[in-house]
Amino acid sequence: MALQSAVKGKLISVIGDEDTCVGFLLGGIGEINKNRHPNFMVVDKNTPVSEIEDCFKRFLKRDDIDIVLINQNVAELIRHVIDGHTAPVPSVLEIPSKDHPYDASKDSILRRAKGMFNPDDLVR
Amino acid sequence: MSGKEKLAIFPSRGAQMLMKARLAGAQKGHGLLKKKADALQVRFRMILSKIIETKTLMGEVMKEAAFSLAEAKFTTGDFNQVVLQNVTKAQIKIRSKKDNVAGVTLPIFESYQDGSDTYELAGLARGGQQLSKLKKNFQSAVKLLVELASLQTSFVTLDEVIKITNRRVNAIEHVIIPRLERTLAYIISELDELEREEFYRLKKIQDKKKIIKDKAEAKKAALAAAGVLASADVRDIANLLDEGDEDLLF
Repeated sequence: MALQSAVKGKLISVIGDEDTCVGFLLGGIGEINKNRHPNFMVVDKNTPVSEIEDCFKRFLKRDDIDIVLINQNVAELIRHVIDGHTAPVPSVLEIPSKDHPYDASKDSILRRAKGMFNPDDLVR
Repeated sequence: MSGKEKLAIFPSRGAQMLMKARLAGAQKGHGLLKKKADALQVRFRMILSKIIETKTLMGEVMKEAAFSLAEAKFTTGDFNQVVLQNVTKAQIKIRSKKDNVAGVTLPIFESYQDGSDTYELAGLARGGQQLSKLKKNFQSAVKLLVELASLQTSFVTLDEVIKITNRRVNAIEHVIIPRLERTLAYIISELDELEREEFYRLKKIQDKKKIIKDKAEAKKAALAAAGVLASADVRDIANLLDEGDEDLLF
């Protein structure tokens, strides 16, 4: 498996608002595969939550994706799905969006960490 | 004494040796697992502090990246749709390596450039400088995020493994070792009891023998006194037999 993944590079996928997606696509992570499925999803204020959820689940199932980047405000909408994802790969990363600053207390991973250590340790 | 408190085993010397060996094995295993848990814990804390550091750094980098996006938009005009529609192949891909901490494999992600820039000609008319700055900013953001992702993956994996290891340590400490100890104690007490029984049995036999001997002696004395059977050699033979008997037993 290690050999295979060394040969075939994995992708990073993005779920987020238009500006975040555009930024990362310019950074060069965008790819459309043979079936015309993109590895990014643009969420605007009219996108239904169920669609985000489906897309997130689809990204998790694809075996060519290793990292899923998701805007924190979008992550808030599908928090239960993210909390339900416990496998190490693909790893889900919450990133701040342009108009929502990063809030560490909402992050799934850091919340898990807080159960083990005292919060003062984490904030610093 | 149910099956939970001790192992169902026949109390014998062999079983005692077996239990002793198993107890020693359990104690050794407990020590080793404890050491493993400690090693993982050290790594875990290191990763946790790194994650927090990187997360704060990520905030900064993302802010800068978003700002440069706004700058580029200001000079070039809206290019969102152009970018979104012109996606073909990924330029940055991820390679994963494996790192080994105390027998736990942690995936380490590594980004690398592959293929050419799809948006090479974007911003050719105007704002090219802003766009290339924007690209650079987002590329460094991606690099940081990849690093963060591998930290986070390690964190999740280690968290799981630490829980399992601690569970094992506790199981050995609070269930397996006490059970082995109780079994050993049970075997020792049973063996002691057997020994006492044996000793008592021997004493009893000795007593019986003595009574029989005394009776025979009394009978003989009575007979001798009566003068019915006063032959010396018969007596000698009887005495010889008695002595031999006693020597054989004790």
